[in-house]
Amino acid sequence: MASNTNELGDILDASDLRAAGAGHEVTLTLKIRRYNPELRGEESWWDEFEIQTDPDDRLLDALHQVKWYHDGTLALRRSCAHGICGSDAMMIDGKNALACKVIVRDVAPRVTIEPIRGLPVLKDLIVDMEPFFAGYRSVLPYLINDAGEPDTERLQSPEERHRFDDTTKCILCAACTTSCPIFWGDEEYVGPAAIVNAHRFVYDSRDEAGKERLKILSEKTGVFRCRTTFNCTDACPRGIEVTKAIQEVKRSILFDRF
Amino acid sequence: MTTFHTYDAVIVGAGGAGLRAAIEASDRVKTAVISKLYPTRSHTGTAQGGVCAALANVEEDSPEWHAFDTVKGGDYLVDQPAAQLMCEEAVDAIYQLEHWGLPFNRTPEGKIDQRRFGGHTRNHGEAPVKRACFAADRTGHMILQTLYQQCVKRDVRFFNEFYVLDQLMVEGACAGVVAYELATGEIHVFRSKAVLYATGGYGRMFKVSSNAHTLTGDGPAVLFRRGLPLEDMEFFQFHPTGVYKMGILLSEAVRGEGGILLNSERERFMERYAPTVKDLAPRDMVSRAIFQEIKEGRGDGPNRDAVWLDVRHLPREVIEEKLPDVTEFARVYLGVEPTTELVPIQPTAHYAMGGIPTNIDGQVVLGEEEAPVPGLYAAGECACVSVHGANRLGTNSLLDIVVFGRRGGRHAAEFAGDAELPELPERPDGQARDMVDGLLNRPEGANAADIRGELQDSMQELAFVVRTEESLRKMQSILDGLRERYERVYVQDTGKMFNTELMEVVELGFLLECADALVAAALARDESRGGHYREDHPLRDDANWLKHSLAMRQPDGSVAMSTKPVKLGPYVPMERKY
Repeated sequence: MASNTNELGDILDASDLRAAGAGHEVTLTLKIRRYNPELRGEESWWDEFEIQTDPDDRLLDALHQVKWYHDGTLALRRSCAHGICGSDAMMIDGKNALACKVIVRDVAPRVTIEPIRGLPVLKDLIVDMEPFFAGYRSVLPYLINDAGEPDTERLQSPEERHRFDDTTKCILCAACTTSCPIFWGDEEYVGPAAIVNAHRFVYDSRDEAGKERLKILSEKTGVFRCRTTFNCTDACPRGIEVTKAIQEVKRSILFDRF
Repeated sequence: MTTFHTYDAVIVGAGGAGLRAAIEASDRVKTAVISKLYPTRSHTGTAQGGVCAALANVEEDSPEWHAFDTVKGGDYLVDQPAAQLMCEEAVDAIYQLEHWGLPFNRTPEGKIDQRRFGGHTRNHGEAPVKRACFAADRTGHMILQTLYQQCVKRDVRFFNEFYVLDQLMVEGACAGVVAYELATGEIHVFRSKAVLYATGGYGRMFKVSSNAHTLTGDGPAVLFRRGLPLEDMEFFQFHPTGVYKMGILLSEAVRGEGGILLNSERERFMERYAPTVKDLAPRDMVSRAIFQEIKEGRGDGPNRDAVWLDVRHLPREVIEEKLPDVTEFARVYLGVEPTTELVPIQPTAHYAMGGIPTNIDGQVVLGEEEAPVPGLYAAGECACVSVHGANRLGTNSLLDIVVFGRRGGRHAAEFAGDAELPELPERPDGQARDMVDGLLNRPEGANAADIRGELQDSMQELAFVVRTEESLRKMQSILDGLRERYERVYVQDTGKMFNTELMEVVELGFLLECADALVAAALARDESRGGHYREDHPLRDDANWLKHSLAMRQPDGSVAMSTKPVKLGPYVPMERKY
C-alpha cells in the first residue's frame, strides 16, 4: 500500500482491517436478556447467540445480524445508528450505552445486553418510555418569555449562550436517568434527564421562567433526591456533565434569589 | 380489532416538517400527529451544519442572492417562484425559531452567527457568503428539539410508534389514513379532513447512506400504491463526505470552516473542478469529482475507493467549538484523530430531491395542470415543491421543512376548518389488514434481510452517483426479481406486541416501491443534470429535459413516466460553473 507518511500508514492499517471484512471477522457471543409475555408469560430469560462479525462494526449491527438471521422476534428500538436519535440505549456489560456507539472490538468476544433499568420492560430490550417523558414534560421544557417578540432575533452574547451549551446536547435517550440508583428505587424522582432539560432553560438568558422550574425541582421529586453517584455522567453518550448540571440547579435553589 | 378516530387534520411523521406543520395546525383545528418514532428520534435531529437565511448578520447578503444560488445549485430544475418564496420567508422563519428558544451560535454583538456553506454565494457567484445559521454542528438536533418543545407547550396530540400503512381516498379526495400501532399490533383508522405527509426520505435503498434505518419512503410509497404520482424521483443527492464504508454524514460545515479534500497524491483536487469555490462546490459536483478521481486511479485506501477530508490545519478551537460531533464521529467510528490525521471519506446517499408533488401550500397536486387533491398534503423531504430541483444546496433542507411545514400545516388547517368530515370508504382498514395478515400467515418464505441487502448492494452499484442505460436496465430487472421474492417474504414473529420484524418487512416493501419509481425515472431521463448523472448522456439537455418527471404505478404493475414543465422565473438557465 502506497503511503507517504506515518500518519497515513496508520490510517491505512485501520481501513485495511475494515476492508478485509470477512478475512478478519471475530466471533462474538451476545448474551441477551429476553422478555416476551406473548411467548413465555411473565418470566424473563437469557438467550445466547454466537455470530461472526467485523470487529469495526457497531454492536447495533451485531444485534441486527441476530434479529435478521437468528431470531426475528428479538425486539429493540433503533433509528439513526450513529448516536444522535437516542433510540437504542441499553445496558451493555452492566453499563448504559447506545448500541450504535459501542464498537464490536471493544466488547468481543462476549457481551451481555439487557434493557435499561427502572422503566417497565415491555418486550426484550424495549421499555415503556412514557414515565421518562412525563418527567421531561414536568419541568416546562420550552422557552417561556412573555415580553413580546422583537422584529429580529433576541440578542444573546456568546458567553450567555455558552452558559447552557452543555445541556442543549441532550437527546432524551434515558441512559442517564435509567443508570441512577435513586430513580430505580423511586419512580417519583424526575431523574437526571429532566433536570438536564430544566437546566437548559434555567440558564438561558432569554428565558423568564427559571424561578418556576426551580420551584418544581425543589419539591420532593426533584434535585435533592440526587446523591451524586455520577452514574448519569458516566452513562451520557453525549458527554454531558449531568451531575454538574444537577449540582448547579441545586446551588441555584439554595443560594440564588430567584 | 380496528380502532377508529376522527380528526380535522392528521400529520404523518414528526420530524421537522411534521412538527412545524403540527404547531400550525393544532393552533387552529383538532389535530393528531402519528409517528413511527418518538418525535425526538426523527432524522431531522441528525442534520448538522446549518440552516440558511439571508440575515446579513456577518456579511452583506440578500434573499435574492439566496434564491439565485438555490436555482443554480438545483441545475435550473427548481420551480423558481417556490425558491424565491422560500428564500424570502427564510428570514422570518429563522427569527421565529430563535424566538422559540433555538440556541443558535452568536456573533460578538449577540446576533445569530452565520457561516459558509456549499453553493451559497454573494451576488450571483462572486465568492462564498456566510449565510448558514447554526448551533455548533447540531443545528438539526436543535431545530427538532425546539419544535418538539413547542409541541409539548401546546399539548399536541401524538400517536407515537404508529406506522402509516394506507391512505384513504373517496372520490379523489382525502378521507383519512390507516396506521399500525407497534405496541399492540392494532390497526387504527384515522378519519380526517386533511392528511399531511412528512415522512422524510428513502436513502436506505442504498448500501452506503447517511440515512437512519427507518428512512424507507413510507409516505411516497403509500401514495404511489394508491396511484398517485411521484415527481423527480431520479434526483437523489449523494453527499460527498460520508464516513468511509458506514456512510455516516460528516457535515459540509467541515469544508465551510476550511476543511479540504485530498486525493491519494495529497492534491487538493477540487481546485481543478471548481476553481472559484473549490471544496465548497455543490454536492453533486463534489461527489462526481470524487468518483472521477477514483476512476482515474487517485482514490486511496486498500480498495483505492476513498479520498481524504483534511482539517489538520484548522484552529483547534474551531474543531472543538464548531465541529464537535463530526470530530467525535471520526474518533468513534473510524478510530481517526482528525486534528492530526486525515479522515477517509466516500460519497453517501443522503437526500431525496424528488417525492410527492406539491404546490407552495403543501397541497398534493396531480399531472401537468397541477390539480390539488382535496385534503391531501405533503412537506419536507418526502415532498417535491420543487425548491431543490436536481440538486439541493446544503442547509436548504432544514429551511424547506420550516417554511413548507408551516405553509402546509396552515393550509391544511384552513382547509379542514371549512370542509365537511369525509365519509370513509367501505372496509377502510381492508388493504392494510390484508397486507399485515398476509405477511403474518406464511409458514415459510424468503428472508427479508437478504432482499434488503441485495436491493442496497445493487442500487449502490447500478444507480448511485454514475448511471447508464445499461446499469439502470439491469437494476430494473433485479427489482422485478426482488419484488417477486418480496411477495413470498417470511416473518418469523407472529406476535402482536412490538413486532418490529413485521414493520421492518413493511418498510422494505415501501423501499421497493420508491426504488421502482427512482429507477424508472432515471432510465427515462437521458440527460445529466444535478444529482442525476448519466455517463451515456453526460450533458444537460434543456431542449428536451428542462421539465419535471412524474412516475405513476399502473394497474398492471408497471411504472408510467410523464413530464410537466418547470416553473421558470428571472434566472435563465446557463452552464453551471463554480
